[in-house]
Amino acid sequence: MKNDGWRDYLNPVVRDMPPSGIRRFFDLASEMAGVISLGVGEPDFVTPWHVREACIWALEKGYTMYTSNQGLPELRNEIARNLAGRSGLQYDTQKEILVTVGSSEALDLALRAVVVPGDEVVIPEPCYVSYGPVSQFSGGVPVYVPTSVADNFQVTAARVEKALSPRSKVLVLCYPNNPTGAVMEKKNLWELAELAQARDLIVVSDEIYDNLVYGAPHTPLAAIPGMRDRTILINGLSKAYAMTGWRLGYAAGNPAFIEAMTKIHQYTMLCAPITAQMAAIEALKSGGAAVARMVGQYDRRRRLVVRSFNDMGLYCFEPKGAFYAFPDVSATGLTSEEFAERLLLEEKVAVVPGGAFGPSGQGFVRCAYAASMEDLSEALKRIARFVRRVSSGRPGREPLAAGR
Amino acid sequence: MNGTEARAILELLEGNARLAAEEVGRMLGLDGSEVGAKIRELEERRIIIKYQTLVNWERFGDEKVSALIEVRVAPQRDVGFDAVAERIYRYPEVTGVRLMSGAYDLAVFVEGSSLKEVSLFVATKLSTLEDVLSTTTHFVLRSYKHEGVILDDGEADRRLVVAP
Ligand SMILES: Cc1ncc(COP(=O)(O)O)c(C=O)c1O
Repeated sequence: MKNDGWRDYLNPVVRDMPPSGIRRFFDLASEMAGVISLGVGEPDFVTPWHVREACIWALEKGYTMYTSNQGLPELRNEIARNLAGRSGLQYDTQKEILVTVGSSEALDLALRAVVVPGDEVVIPEPCYVSYGPVSQFSGGVPVYVPTSVADNFQVTAARVEKALSPRSKVLVLCYPNNPTGAVMEKKNLWELAELAQARDLIVVSDEIYDNLVYGAPHTPLAAIPGMRDRTILINGLSKAYAMTGWRLGYAAGNPAFIEAMTKIHQYTMLCAPITAQMAAIEALKSGGAAVARMVGQYDRRRRLVVRSFNDMGLYCFEPKGAFYAFPDVSATGLTSEEFAERLLLEEKVAVVPGGAFGPSGQGFVRCAYAASMEDLSEALKRIARFVRRVSSGRPGREPLAAGR
Repeated sequence: MNGTEARAILELLEGNARLAAEEVGRMLGLDGSEVGAKIRELEERRIIIKYQTLVNWERFGDEKVSALIEVRVAPQRDVGFDAVAERIYRYPEVTGVRLMSGAYDLAVFVEGSSLKEVSLFVATKLSTLEDVLSTTTHFVLRSYKHEGVILDDGEADRRLVVAP
C-alpha cells in the first residue's frame, strides 16, 4: 500500500481539517535568521522568578505525583479566591472549578461536553484559531459571525442573532480578543447576555486575556445577571503570568458542566502536571505585582505600536486588551498574506496575516507587541520603510498620507 | 502633565537613557514636545541627575579593583555625619558613600587599578581623617548585579517565531 493509502483510514473530519494558517506562516518564518517576530502569541517575559522558584522548591520536596483529577485543592481555592477578588464571582471549589492542561484543554472539554453532532457553534471572527476545529472534532458545525473594524470589532447581539438557527447551541466568546485586542463594551456584552438567555445558548467564554486590559476593568460574562450558570468560563495562567509553556488553565461553571468536563478530563488527561499546579498556586497567591508590572509595560508598547501604524497611514484601531494590534494594511494595495510574506522576506519582520483568524481578518495583520521595546522600535522602523516602499511603487497612486 | 505621567517618563529613561522625547511620547500617548519640556524641567530640578552607561569593564578586559569600606566615624556637633561624608566623597577614588544604620556608619565604595592602590588609599587618606575611628576593607571579588541589572547574559528569547 502506498503510504498515502493510510490516509483512507483516517477520520475524515481530522483528515480534511486544514492545518492552522498560523502554522504555515511559522514554517516560512522559522527558516530565516535575524527575524524580529511580532508573530508570537505569548509574553516575551519569562515567568516571574518567585513562581519558578516555587516550582523548583516543589520538585526538591518531591512533588512529582498525580493530583486529583480536578486539580490540587489549594490551587482550586486560589482560583476561586482570584475570581472572587477581581470580579465578585463565586465558585464552589469542590464542584465548580476544574484545573486543566492549558486553557486549550478547558476549551476542548467544554465543547466536547456540550456539543452533539450537528449542533451549531456560533463563533465571532476573526478569532483564535482553535474554536472552529475543536467544535468540528466533536461533530459540531461552526457558524462564523463576522465582526468589523467599523464597530471596533465588537460582537453585537444583532449580528449573532442573524446567525442563529434552531440547531444553535453554543456561543464562543473571546474578549479581550485574539487577534484584534478588542474588549467588549458593556452595552454589547449585556445585549449578548440577553440574547443568550432568550435563545437558550450556552456560552463558552474564553477570558484568558482578562488581566491584560488598558482601560476599564474586565467584566466576566458570568458576572452578568442570569449568565453564571449558562457560561463556561475559560481561563489560564499562560498570558497574564507569562506561563505559556507550563500548560496550566482552568474552567469554572455550574456543577453539571464541570462534572461532565471532569469525566472527559479524567479519562483523557488524568490531571494537569503537578509542577505547573504548584507554580500556579504561587502565581495566583502573590503574582499580582508582577502582572501589574508586565501590564504597565505592554501598555507603553501598545501606545507606541498603535500610534506608529496610524502615522504610517495604516489605520489601527485602539486595542484595549490582550497584547495584539490589528492594523488595516489594505491601503498598501497588498492582501494581508502578501503584506506579511513580503514584510518577512524583505524586512525580516514576522507578523501574522489576519486571514488566518477568519475571513473578516482579511486586509489586516496581527502584530503582537509582546516584544522588547528595542525589538519593537526596530520592527516598526522596518515596517514603516516597507510601507513607504510598497506604496510609492504603486502606479498612479499618491504615497500613503499619514492618518486616516 | 500629571505625576503619574512624569513618573512614567522617569521610569522609561531610567531603563534606557537613550530614548528620545518623541519615542517616550509615543509610548505614553503624550506629545513629544510636551515630554521634552518635562524632561528639561526634571533635569533642571536635578531629579534627572545624569545620563550614564552601565559598562561591564571586566568583560572589556580591564582589571579594576573595587572595595566596600566600612567606616566608623565620630559625628560632629551640628553637622553630624555630613561633614565627614563630604571629606570622603570629594576624593575621586571614592565612587559611592552611604550613611548606614548598624555596626558602622559610612559605607564607602572605592575603585582603583590594583589592590595595592586601594589599600594605600584607605591607609593614607581614609583612616587618617580626623573623625574616622576605624575602617574595615572588603574587596569585591565579583559583581553579579548592579543597580538592578543582572550582569550575566540573561535569558535568551526562546519563543518560536510564530505562535497562536
Ligand atoms: C484566545 C486564546 N485562548 C486560548 C489560548 C490557549 O492558551 P493556553 O496556553 O492556556 O492553552 C490562546 C493562546 O494563544 C488564546 O490566544
